[in-house]
Amino acid sequence: MYKLLLSWRYLRTRYIALASIISVTLGVATLVIVNAVMAGFTAEANKRLNGILSDIVVESHSLNGFGNPEWHAAEIGKVVGEDLAGMTATVHVPAMLSIPIAESEYLTRQVNLIGVDVATYAEVGDFAKYLLHPANHDRLCFTLHEDGYAPNRADFPKAGWRYRRERVAYERAYRTQVEIERERARRAETGPAASAEVPADPYGTLVAPDPYGAQPAESVTQDPMTAQSVGVILGIAVCSQRVKDEDGVVRDFFFCRPGDDVKITLPTAGSPPKVISDVLTVVDMYESKMSEYDSTLAFMPLEQLQHLRGMIDPQSATRYVTSILIKLKPGTDLNAVRDRLQQRFPVRRYPYRIQTWRDMQGPLLAAVQLETTILNILLFLIIAVAGFGILATFYMIVVEKTRDVGILKALGAPSRGVMSIFLGYGFSLGLAGSGVGLVLGLLFVRYINQIAAGLEWVTGRPVFDPTVYYFQEIPAIVQTHTVVGVMVGAVLIAVLASVLPARHAAKLHPVEALRYE
Amino acid sequence: MSSTRTLPCHPVAVRPVWRGSPESSCEDTPTDDARWQLTARDLHKTYHKGKLSIPVLRGVDFSIRRGGFTAIVGQSGSGKTTLLHLLATLDAPDAGEVNFEGRRIDNLAPFSRDRLRNRSLGMIFQFYHLLPELSTVENVLTPIMISEGVWRYWRSRRVYTKRATQLLDMMGLAHRLHHKPRELSGGEMQRAAIARALIAQPKLLLADEPTGNLDRQTGHEILAILRSLNRDQNLTIVMVTHDAAIAQQADCTVRLVEGRVQSE
Repeated sequence: MYKLLLSWRYLRTRYIALASIISVTLGVATLVIVNAVMAGFTAEANKRLNGILSDIVVESHSLNGFGNPEWHAAEIGKVVGEDLAGMTATVHVPAMLSIPIAESEYLTRQVNLIGVDVATYAEVGDFAKYLLHPANHDRLCFTLHEDGYAPNRADFPKAGWRYRRERVAYERAYRTQVEIERERARRAETGPAASAEVPADPYGTLVAPDPYGAQPAESVTQDPMTAQSVGVILGIAVCSQRVKDEDGVVRDFFFCRPGDDVKITLPTAGSPPKVISDVLTVVDMYESKMSEYDSTLAFMPLEQLQHLRGMIDPQSATRYVTSILIKLKPGTDLNAVRDRLQQRFPVRRYPYRIQTWRDMQGPLLAAVQLETTILNILLFLIIAVAGFGILATFYMIVVEKTRDVGILKALGAPSRGVMSIFLGYGFSLGLAGSGVGLVLGLLFVRYINQIAAGLEWVTGRPVFDPTVYYFQEIPAIVQTHTVVGVMVGAVLIAVLASVLPARHAAKLHPVEALRYE
Repeated sequence: MSSTRTLPCHPVAVRPVWRGSPESSCEDTPTDDARWQLTARDLHKTYHKGKLSIPVLRGVDFSIRRGGFTAIVGQSGSGKTTLLHLLATLDAPDAGEVNFEGRRIDNLAPFSRDRLRNRSLGMIFQFYHLLPELSTVENVLTPIMISEGVWRYWRSRRVYTKRATQLLDMMGLAHRLHHKPRELSGGEMQRAAIARALIAQPKLLLADEPTGNLDRQTGHEILAILRSLNRDQNLTIVMVTHDAAIAQQADCTVRLVEGRVQSE
């Protein structure tokens, strides 16, 4: 009882010791915050990656792909059995995307063009959820909508059929005006020149059409006022740039939008591949908020891509695909299914790469994990440094309490009892320090975005830049096991730091301790 | 000091002279062990400071009878406090032995030694040695807290607190129960220390200069308390003092000179 009582009294009366655990408090708070943010990022990234990549991907090593996807699908269905939730075949091919941005100027982006089966692609992931037009969330299609894109984004420009018609009308008027100008210029060689009146650009950001031709729209044979080319869905960062305006607000500047035509250049199937181009109409945009995907992916209908690349055998009508994406029921062991599929499609006979989404994102997930581990080690080192502070303070307190130790021993307290007082004191300090740290950390996590905004306001520098992360807010998840681990670790460090001073106190000779001045 | 009759209680070294009633007088023979509560035999103790050896006790022999009030006197540096520490098992002799109630206690295992100090011996000091973080009543309860586990103490805490309160009341400190030592006078602190020494109902009370830090009147009050404990409760008391007037109040006197009991 005396151990508890004295530990408690020392805790209440020795404020210098409380000061020594401020580092423990800060360390614990920082660890809670860092782990919550890292867990938030990881969970958010995992959710999105899984949504984008489905669960397991059977992928051909060759750009020519493999034939008879129906047979493959049937075999996969047999192997996976009841765990199968959905499956779709796709074609993945690297391509160059050209977006007209000014007269005779194109913005060229390297993209990973994916041909998707409209009927089944939504079954294997959250692709449709990340499209900007709400109608596409429920039923994926590659036709242009009248308008209504990105209703949640106030800064999204006018898009869709209405925009396309107005743009085409503007372009035609512009061309007509340019023709008139040319004609006047020719006549001016013999008479006075008249000033030309160019119609005002009704869109502001709309690029001026190239008056000398080479318009992507030129290759569209049908009337662009009433018809679209094959639809393409572009990753939002493929065709936009995230910038800060004068007010410091982050906005997306769009080089093209749904309703615009873009030119795609890609290799055909076969050996050697040939380069082909076609004009596609942007029908929607894809925003997963994973910058790696948003800045590289473009989607078009599977059948059109197969046609374009020559992936349909004209004799047998056999279609070729490069990947089959498999979605499994929740709770299924992905690695076990992957292993079974690898056994069914041995690499010697079937040159396929069969991976789970975690395997495919191994480097990214491993990097995040490594970063988390290193941060944890560094922050625990900070708490360990705090432990040395506790050790020094405890030595001071033991020296100050030498006579008390002598008194207790004279009254019959055993050495281990004296040791327990100081260990209990260390434990109480660790518990108090990490408890306060936990509360601070949780409060910080709860208001992390407000705090980040406050820091930005104070320092004038961005704390969390959405242009880098593609998250509008800092994601944070407090995991109970992490918090418990941090608390236990911090308390353990405080107790370990008090072991040496406690041993010193326990070993004090009662007579010497009583004589201590 | 010279006016005091120095009465070593060792029956061999010197015939002790008793100033009290004939019924409780000291015996001059050590053969009747039952009468001797505490005996010291040929105690030697040398302190070492680097290469320097300082012999403090050079063969101390004496016996203390049950219910006696013995004063250990001597000049500064004569080894009085060292002898008391050996009797209290706070320190171990280099040679010789200490017996308490027929049992050798100088070579006990640490656990038994702690238990003996906690349950059978009470100690008071010149500088009171109260724990500054605890209140008066908590200080008095400390030996009980040491001997009892958390659960047993918590279960019987009312009984123990009542006993501590009664003791403090007996010492005239009923109004100081919850005061911290720094809020007490020297005399009050010493009385609280006496209450603490008595809480475990010890068989022997060892007092190291209990009046040495007090004015004469307060010293006499403390001495009166000790005297009454000895007389009314038959508590054996061994008191170290350098004050001859104080020593005169004791039944027997052991005079230490240069680490030995002086014969007269």
